[in-house]
Amino acid sequence: MRKLLLSAAALAVAATASAADTVRLGTEGAYPPWNFINDAGDIDGFEKDLGDELCRRAELECTWVTNDWDSIIPNLVSGNYDAIIAGMSITDERDQVIDFTQNYTPPDPSAYLALSDGVDLEGGVIAAQASTIQAGYVADSGATLVEFATPEETIAAVRNGEADAVLADKSYLAPLAEEDPDLMFVGPDVPLGGGVGMGIRESDPELRETFNAAIQSMKDDGSLNELIRKWEVSSTF
Amino acid sequence: MLFGLKWLSCYLTTGKHMAFYGSFGTVLLLLAITAPTALLFGFGGAMLARVRFLPASLLGKTYIALVRGVPDIAFFLFFVIALDQALEWLMHKAKCPEWDEPIRQGSDFIVCQAAKVPPGSAPQWLHETYGFALAVITFAIVFGAFAANVLFGAMRAVPHDQLETAAAYGMTQRQTFWRVLVPQMWIYALPGLSNLWMVLIKATPLLFLLGVEDIVYWARDLGGAKTPRFTDYPHGDWRMWYFLALLVFYLVFTRISEIVLDRLMRRLSVGQAISGGDAKRRAGA
Amino acid sequence: MSCWDIIADYGLRSLGIGERLLPRDNFTLCHHFTLIGSGLLWNIYFGTLALISGFFLAVAVALGKASRNIVLRKLAGWFVLVFRGSPLFIQFFFAYFLFLSLKGVHPVFSPFTSAWLGALVVLFLNTAAYSAEIFYGALRSIPRGDLEAADAYGMSGWPRFRRITYPTMLRLAWPAYTNEAIFLFHATTLVFFSGFPAWQQKGDSLYYASYLADKTFNPFIPYPVLAGYFILLTLVIIAIFGAINTRLNRHLPRPMRPRLRFRPNLIR
Repeated sequence: MRKLLLSAAALAVAATASAADTVRLGTEGAYPPWNFINDAGDIDGFEKDLGDELCRRAELECTWVTNDWDSIIPNLVSGNYDAIIAGMSITDERDQVIDFTQNYTPPDPSAYLALSDGVDLEGGVIAAQASTIQAGYVADSGATLVEFATPEETIAAVRNGEADAVLADKSYLAPLAEEDPDLMFVGPDVPLGGGVGMGIRESDPELRETFNAAIQSMKDDGSLNELIRKWEVSSTF
Repeated sequence: MLFGLKWLSCYLTTGKHMAFYGSFGTVLLLLAITAPTALLFGFGGAMLARVRFLPASLLGKTYIALVRGVPDIAFFLFFVIALDQALEWLMHKAKCPEWDEPIRQGSDFIVCQAAKVPPGSAPQWLHETYGFALAVITFAIVFGAFAANVLFGAMRAVPHDQLETAAAYGMTQRQTFWRVLVPQMWIYALPGLSNLWMVLIKATPLLFLLGVEDIVYWARDLGGAKTPRFTDYPHGDWRMWYFLALLVFYLVFTRISEIVLDRLMRRLSVGQAISGGDAKRRAGA
Repeated sequence: MSCWDIIADYGLRSLGIGERLLPRDNFTLCHHFTLIGSGLLWNIYFGTLALISGFFLAVAVALGKASRNIVLRKLAGWFVLVFRGSPLFIQFFFAYFLFLSLKGVHPVFSPFTSAWLGALVVLFLNTAAYSAEIFYGALRSIPRGDLEAADAYGMSGWPRFRRITYPTMLRLAWPAYTNEAIFLFHATTLVFFSGFPAWQQKGDSLYYASYLADKTFNPFIPYPVLAGYFILLTLVIIAIFGAINTRLNRHLPRPMRPRLRFRPNLIR
């Protein structure tokens, strides 16, 4: 669609057309505090607030779609939604297939969460969500990787002893470690990825620029930091 | 104790749980739409496989054999995207003939705005309906192959004398097919079709692979451990109980279907030249 | 990197032999065929073992269902209803959680939470239930004359079962049982897809197919490759079962021998 807007003939009407467009935002809905389904059955979380605010600033009409993490990129490139906003770290691998906006959270560490202190992080059994950067890291590290489809299951695996530890975004693990006295962080933090950004189709540079500008304006007036603090997702800019 | 009951009654009536209960309706709706659609596909496939014209019958037989030789889950995993893209590609060819840019740019699949199905500006419910429709078609194609197989067998099970008699009365091939063969084949097809219905019921948990928020999706989400920060109803890992509920749902549903289909079979067998048992054996062979 | 190198590195990857890290980029068709083929070993493992072990339980359950003892009959009936009446997908999920809870009770159960044993148990019980129903149907359609002839020869009990009932039941059930075998192999793709996690990226063919689809962001190559493998596997099963079928019917005059046709109408 936005390809059309780039072509000269359509340029004249571009401004009015894009304002009325509906942009579909794809998220996972299973990764609190980033995005999750609340008690009422609606999408909630840091990225819901962020996405709504970005759309307001960019004067776009946005609707939300949930999609399985596994197929979230294929469904973007085949056009089932226009942007991914699902706590997706910016990596080179993904960047080859889709484009990212500038990051809306700084690069933040991942961390290991375990039931006891003496876990062997290099030779033990480490759980991670399948097809995440953490899964790739564990496979490289020499530890025994055990993969689960949802982040939820990786935690359950540590609780019931299937895995010695789980590697995930520290912000995702922090509330769990706080509430459950049995769970604790072990080992050093692991810096992974280049922060979290929105995924956009490569053929859609206009939308990317729109969101880039909106993110920048939120960074400039401090409202992004406010949101980050509200949901405790990461360090601030 | 009383507090626990109150907590439970509040917990079980959250909006999220309502969506969970609603998804049972989605599953039933899918079954209600898919069953006749698959039957239609099956009928087409069986007719195609019967045709004397070799390429057509080969096509019909390949459809039947191909879909059934492959695990259904493998189909579901890429078929929906393939179907979606095929549809948009056709629309694109029809509506935007002057388009000169490639449709595949790297890994992106791009068609003109008018060819988007459904249109990008469509309301959310339309997108959901579209996704649901794709799921129905995928199910129908897969189960249509099985139905085709059953119907093909049933058509051959109709005693040949019946067709010869029809021919002796001067009926054309077409008349024989529609007036003699089709009305008589159902009794032979019913055991196979009722089996297929059972299979279809048991394939519905795969619905969540097709991007529809079904009972498995919600059971997984609701059952997972919840921390107090994000919900008013924190609890541990309850997935086992949610899946137990799904298990019971399917058992009850299968049992009811079994009873209803048994009755139907008995009713249909009344007045037929063959006993119900006979029919069962022939169509099941 | 030639295709032979890839096969040497990844041909047995699903068993943990060869290159430890899965390929990350520059995927070729050879990668697809090698990895998915390597995963197929697990499908064959699950299918074969479940089929063989399930066969014995199936015969026992079928006999139980046909027995005069009401307790046995009820027990067998419930077993068949539970495993045939619910989706295998949900059974896997449920079994995984169940084994996890049992593991907390006694460490004996800890291997059951791994796919190689836990999923095998589920598949074993599942195929036993489906096959039992097939065998039960065959038991009921054994020609009465055969049994009467056995009586006339003074056979009863074990000899009658072994020499008359059992072979005839098998012969009658074989075409339907072939279909069950085919669909059991298809069902093995669900193992790593629901409940049971993959360890050290050792998974079945569907696991690698979805890994490749995830890394290449293109589902249109790995899944058709997987489909191709399964069509081959299906043909092999049909050939093996066809040979057994010929043997089972070798005493019959040629025109009376039932031809084995691939006409499955049973899946789960």
